[in-house]
Amino acid sequence: MRQVAIYGKGGIGKSTTTQNLTAGLAEMGKKIMIVGCDPKADSTRLILGGLAQKTVLDTLREEGEDIDLKAILKTGYAGIKGVESGGPEPGVGCAGRGIITSINLLEQLGAYTDDLDYVFYDVLGDVVCGGFAMPIREGKAREIYIVCSGEMMALYAANNISKGIMKYAKSGGVRLGGLICNSRKVDGEAELVQSVAKEMGTQMIHFVPRDNAVQRAEINKKTVIDYSPDEPQADEYRALAKEIDGNDMFVIPKPLMQDRLEELLMEHGLMEA
Amino acid sequence: MNEREKVLDQYSGRVFKNRKDHIIELDEAGVPQVIAANSRSIPGLMVNRGCCYAGCKGVVLGPIADAVVLTHGPIGCGFYSWGTRRNKAKPEGEGAKNYLQYCFSTDMQEPDIVFGGEKKLRQAIVEIMEIFQPKCIFICSTCPVGLIGDDIQAVARWVKSTYKIACAAFSCEGYKGVSQSAGHHIANNGLMKEIIGSGQAKNSKKFAVNLLGEYNIGGDGWETERLLKQIGYEVVSVFTGDGSFEKMKNAHTANLNLVQCHRSINYIAEMMKAKYGIDWIKVNFIGIDETIRSLRSLAIYFDDAGLKQRTEEVIADELAAIEDQRQYYRSRLTGYTAGVFVGGSRSHHYQNLLLDFGIKTVIAGYEFAHRDDYEGREVLPDIKPDADSKNIEQLSPVADEAHYHLTLSKERFAELQNEIDLETYHGMFREMADGTVTVDDFNHYETEKLIELFQPDIFYSGIKDKYMIQKSGTPSRQLHSYDYSGPYACFTGAINFARDTYMSISAPAWKYLTPPWLVSSTLEGSIGGTENA
Repeated sequence: MRQVAIYGKGGIGKSTTTQNLTAGLAEMGKKIMIVGCDPKADSTRLILGGLAQKTVLDTLREEGEDIDLKAILKTGYAGIKGVESGGPEPGVGCAGRGIITSINLLEQLGAYTDDLDYVFYDVLGDVVCGGFAMPIREGKAREIYIVCSGEMMALYAANNISKGIMKYAKSGGVRLGGLICNSRKVDGEAELVQSVAKEMGTQMIHFVPRDNAVQRAEINKKTVIDYSPDEPQADEYRALAKEIDGNDMFVIPKPLMQDRLEELLMEHGLMEA
Repeated sequence: MNEREKVLDQYSGRVFKNRKDHIIELDEAGVPQVIAANSRSIPGLMVNRGCCYAGCKGVVLGPIADAVVLTHGPIGCGFYSWGTRRNKAKPEGEGAKNYLQYCFSTDMQEPDIVFGGEKKLRQAIVEIMEIFQPKCIFICSTCPVGLIGDDIQAVARWVKSTYKIACAAFSCEGYKGVSQSAGHHIANNGLMKEIIGSGQAKNSKKFAVNLLGEYNIGGDGWETERLLKQIGYEVVSVFTGDGSFEKMKNAHTANLNLVQCHRSINYIAEMMKAKYGIDWIKVNFIGIDETIRSLRSLAIYFDDAGLKQRTEEVIADELAAIEDQRQYYRSRLTGYTAGVFVGGSRSHHYQNLLLDFGIKTVIAGYEFAHRDDYEGREVLPDIKPDADSKNIEQLSPVADEAHYHLTLSKERFAELQNEIDLETYHGMFREMADGTVTVDDFNHYETEKLIELFQPDIFYSGIKDKYMIQKSGTPSRQLHSYDYSGPYACFTGAINFARDTYMSISAPAWKYLTPPWLVSSTLEGSIGGTENA
């Protein structure tokens, strides 16, 4: 079983990318579970065709510790299983603690069955506290992909996340598998992300172009592969799935100094007028 | 190497550098010495300190009997701060409430941490209102509440507007400040903002006083109040032993504040001076001579012939009643030595009481005192507040025109300052003899080492180290809880204390500390035909 965590700046498209890529892996015959680690609980919407299940933490709150796995773990497109941690509404409680509680509970309930090829953790935004590092602590997720774009703040966040990975790489054995560029169509995007990846000691594993097919599928609560399998964008996700499945480049990242990151932006990010 | 150096000798460079300023050997009593205090403890040292919540809820708010003190947090904090200080209370008069036999807590569970505990806090208050209908609720937060950011201040506002009762929220999370001292300050601030002066009574009585910093451990406050009333004082309120919210809200009507525990309550004394013009005086009702001195100071303050006469009569009566026992225990206890390590004021107070019976204090220290408690308030301008102290709100109340009342003229005030402890406190050092050692924020190792070096006949401390000390062969008594005894205040209290001390020192148990098999053979038999004993 490969356990994979997807991190990246808020709004960069982690959930969209995760679900589309798992659809590609499922097409290849892989057994997959997605664990949504975002209090908004929208990490499995495209796979399950809407917000279908109760979250782990809602169930914990309402029913106490005695939880039936069936109530929280649903099966969707191509047999992909989806579960949502859930969490507090914005501004109250502790979402990080929620993720810790939720993942421990899933383990105790036996959600991690031996027939699974992949478990994907879709984690909210930046690693702001210990809770959000839960999937990469204690040897849960062993490999991480960071979704980013050529935008400054996305790369800045990716660099920050790599600092967190470096910390846990030493104690827990987690490795960075690569950067996934979810294109925002900014100048010199692929080259920029590639060179940042190189400096970190990793790779840009795939460049996902910007395509309105994603939006159309999302509105219909489906992945691109599910909604419009013949679109070129569906092939992009299939390619990403294949690259991740065959990836053998797992590294301890070397985060960049702020100055160096800005230098790279100057070098690649500005097109000659 | 003197005793102080012998204690410090064990420490590594970094620890030595810190601890050397916290351990002072007094060579000449009365000579000013500087001690480091109220600063962070070193991680790994087993210190006796408590936390901010312990100071706020456990010490200052806990004893208030007619208010519900609700701990917002997991159950342990509320439970272990419930009743352990033996602060007694009894309801007075028709309909008076006493909630001390209850422990109120929101008992937060994991889902409350994840989703926030405000809802549960409101629910707890709804239930409290249904079952108990208190006139006042105090909400105290524990560590996790501060981490997840439940807005307890908003809940307190909701309580006030919904139920039209008094309510104050105390953000006294355990990790705040360097010791329980931060909690005292936070509790003082909350009482000043929400309770004191919220009553409608006006200043009328001539000899009206508040007793501040008296927590009625083992009934101390009752004993003190009894004497004060006998002399003719009206005790408006006590902060906070057998405390009453109903009385505290009219505390502003008093003419004088008597400060017993300087460390935990000096903030309120100062704020009441600024807001209501009420003078304060440092008293000490622990110890016979000190009680007499305190009562006479009071009489001097009010300067009333009748009051002065009553004071002398009561002193004479009390002394006569205890005279035989006083002589008896003095003859039995004179010559013994003691170590006193407790609190932020008690180590000073109890040295006076021990001296009444001829016991000399050779080592002493505080857990959470500030420099002024050791060196006297004269050093206050020299204390540079650090980030930990600045993190605690500092109130600067302005005069309340409706209730401001001065008892003394400026000239009389200045004159009296030379005569009695009016708005001053000289600290513990002043009373300590040459060659004694004082330790701030003492720890387990230092306790053991000091006992080894000074071999006191009795060691006064608390539950954390009592049994460790006794196992090493030194009698130990708790001055936080009085070991199920008390009161120790005033005249009869002093006799109780002497009796308990004498009992501890002369218990036959100490003779049996060395087991018989270590001094003589307990087996008899023969090996190879030779008798062995």
